[in-house]
Amino acid sequence: MRTLYRYLWLTRALEERLEIIFKQGHVIGGLYRSLGQEATAVGCGYALTDGDWIAPSIRDLGGLLARGLDPRDVLRQYTARGTSLCAGKDNTNHFTVPELGILGPISPLGTQLCVLNGVALSFRTRREPHVCLTFQGEGASRTGTSHEGLAMAAALNLPIVVVLEHNRWAFGTPSTAVAAVKSWADVAGAYGVPAVTVDGNDVLQVYDAATQAIARARAGDGMTILIAETYRMLGHAQHDAQKYVPEHELSEWKDHDPIQSFSDYLIEFGFESESTLDQIRSEVAVELDAAADEVLAEGYPSADEARTRVYGDPALDADVPWSRGVVPGYEGLTSGKRGRPAAGPEGA
Amino acid sequence: MENGGTVETTYLGAIREALQEEMRADETVFMLGEDIGAYGGAFKVTEGFLEEFGPDRVIDTPISEAAIVGAAIGAAHMGLKPVAEMQFIDFIAPAFDMIVNFAAKSRYRTGIGAGLVIRGPCGAGARSGPFHSQSVESYFANVPGLKMIAPARAYDAKGLLRAAIRDPDPVLFFEHKFLYRRIKEQLPVDEEIFVPLGKARTHREGTDLTIVTYGAMVYKSTDAADRVSAEDGAEVEVIDLRTLRPLDTAAIVESVRRTGRLLVVHEAPRFGGFAGEITAQVCEQAFEWLDAPIRRVTAIDTPVPYAPTLEDYYLPGEDDIVSAARWLLAY
Repeated sequence: MRTLYRYLWLTRALEERLEIIFKQGHVIGGLYRSLGQEATAVGCGYALTDGDWIAPSIRDLGGLLARGLDPRDVLRQYTARGTSLCAGKDNTNHFTVPELGILGPISPLGTQLCVLNGVALSFRTRREPHVCLTFQGEGASRTGTSHEGLAMAAALNLPIVVVLEHNRWAFGTPSTAVAAVKSWADVAGAYGVPAVTVDGNDVLQVYDAATQAIARARAGDGMTILIAETYRMLGHAQHDAQKYVPEHELSEWKDHDPIQSFSDYLIEFGFESESTLDQIRSEVAVELDAAADEVLAEGYPSADEARTRVYGDPALDADVPWSRGVVPGYEGLTSGKRGRPAAGPEGA
Repeated sequence: MENGGTVETTYLGAIREALQEEMRADETVFMLGEDIGAYGGAFKVTEGFLEEFGPDRVIDTPISEAAIVGAAIGAAHMGLKPVAEMQFIDFIAPAFDMIVNFAAKSRYRTGIGAGLVIRGPCGAGARSGPFHSQSVESYFANVPGLKMIAPARAYDAKGLLRAAIRDPDPVLFFEHKFLYRRIKEQLPVDEEIFVPLGKARTHREGTDLTIVTYGAMVYKSTDAADRVSAEDGAEVEVIDLRTLRPLDTAAIVESVRRTGRLLVVHEAPRFGGFAGEITAQVCEQAFEWLDAPIRRVTAIDTPVPYAPTLEDYYLPGEDDIVSAARWLLAY
């Protein structure tokens, strides 16, 4: 219980820390928060075991922390450090970490599920008992690749759990505008797989449902779609003041905050004391202070790293001079000076 | 028929053998695609594969090209060696996102490569209309991270496909369907046929003009070169690129510096085609060696049409190559 609480709090505190360093100008580009959705990611991530893979969307940081991701690596990503998991070449949570079983997304949504199918396929081929779990917002679930990925996962009976996070908003468009379904669980029928709907702000409910779906996949019984009913409490990204969101929605969902309700529950039923939770929060703050100090002291990658790692063979790294209009070995020479010898064609 | 340690092999048979040999030698190699199992593939490349290798390694998928390529990427991340079949290379379009955004950028972004092969029949001449005849290489030419192969000979189809399967990067392998059963070569029986990526070859030697080409156009270009030799007494060199990316610029430049004249021939339409890139590379690296402007013979800038009269008009012909060659030689 206290471990679950710790991951929930770590997620929120880390994102708040990111917001501080964003305002200080250290974050490069956008900052995407999962405020209000932490329980879904943490509950699912915590239900996985070693050897399983998790494929997060942008609002599933907690799931990655629950799988053992180092908060420093999150800070490094957002601040484009050379030491980051993407070596400064990609942003947000776009990292893939085989040791932790993390498959990062790319910005065109839905594609990640198609790739995760291949990870699951490798488990099946090698007769390994592992499971893949991925998240999609209801917005992302409208892409063609999402439908293709679901169709293939179902057709090949792959060990996959797809968590559909119904967080009500796809950037600036409400979920009622992107689908005609009354209940999101109805989508599962199209793929012939079961759907389970949970309160995505209740970490224990999420954890239980994820555990069952994972067990089902591990037993070879195929994909489950888990519908997590939740709410995106902030705009799409830091730049989005979410003026399009009705005020009453935010206040209603604020009363159903996943972390506050979990701590109330823990204390009310005597699982943990207020002081234990206080201590967890203090420890997290100390950890994040040290992490931010360490990461902010690190630098960007050196500029010429931009040319490397396109191909497996370093001999194929980008040939920069020609792209800059420079003829290697002939800088400064002008018209016809490297011309063909008068004696005839130059040999090989 | 076996004869002096060789056996007659079609271009299609060579592809089939490359797949079989790699799958027999390495159990991490597997195939996925539409109708490749029980049916044996639209062109019967994988006939009997399901029986030999089983359903874990010869996987029939839904008609979902993006999901096919996606699964190949994920499996490659896990250390398997996927070969994804596009039933016709035209159908690679629905997988474009997966190829250019996921596969091609994976190593650069994350350090985790995606060593996979996407293969399929390309090219016109089979009276198949706008959606079963395209040459798609230029769609992908501007995407760092990809490799592309377009073999003309059975030997190269076999050797390059084997190399592609072992390559650590995503490789698009374009099989020209017009050559599948028309090209027959005596291939050595006991020799390991393995052709490294990135190396062009000289298909016909010459001293007066260089034709750079690939795929089925290697044969039309060579026929044109033979005619120019017989009727005009000029010797035309034909370079078969084999690999389009990485492009063997050194081989092109070396030949042009000897002959002083360059004609680029390809079956894809002209605008934005590979001929433009090859022209630019030669202008940068061999401008002073040129005795004539560079010229291109390509398909016309239209979709591939269906009726025989239209398709023949669309495709570059031997006569077109001969007259461009003569123009260059007379310049």
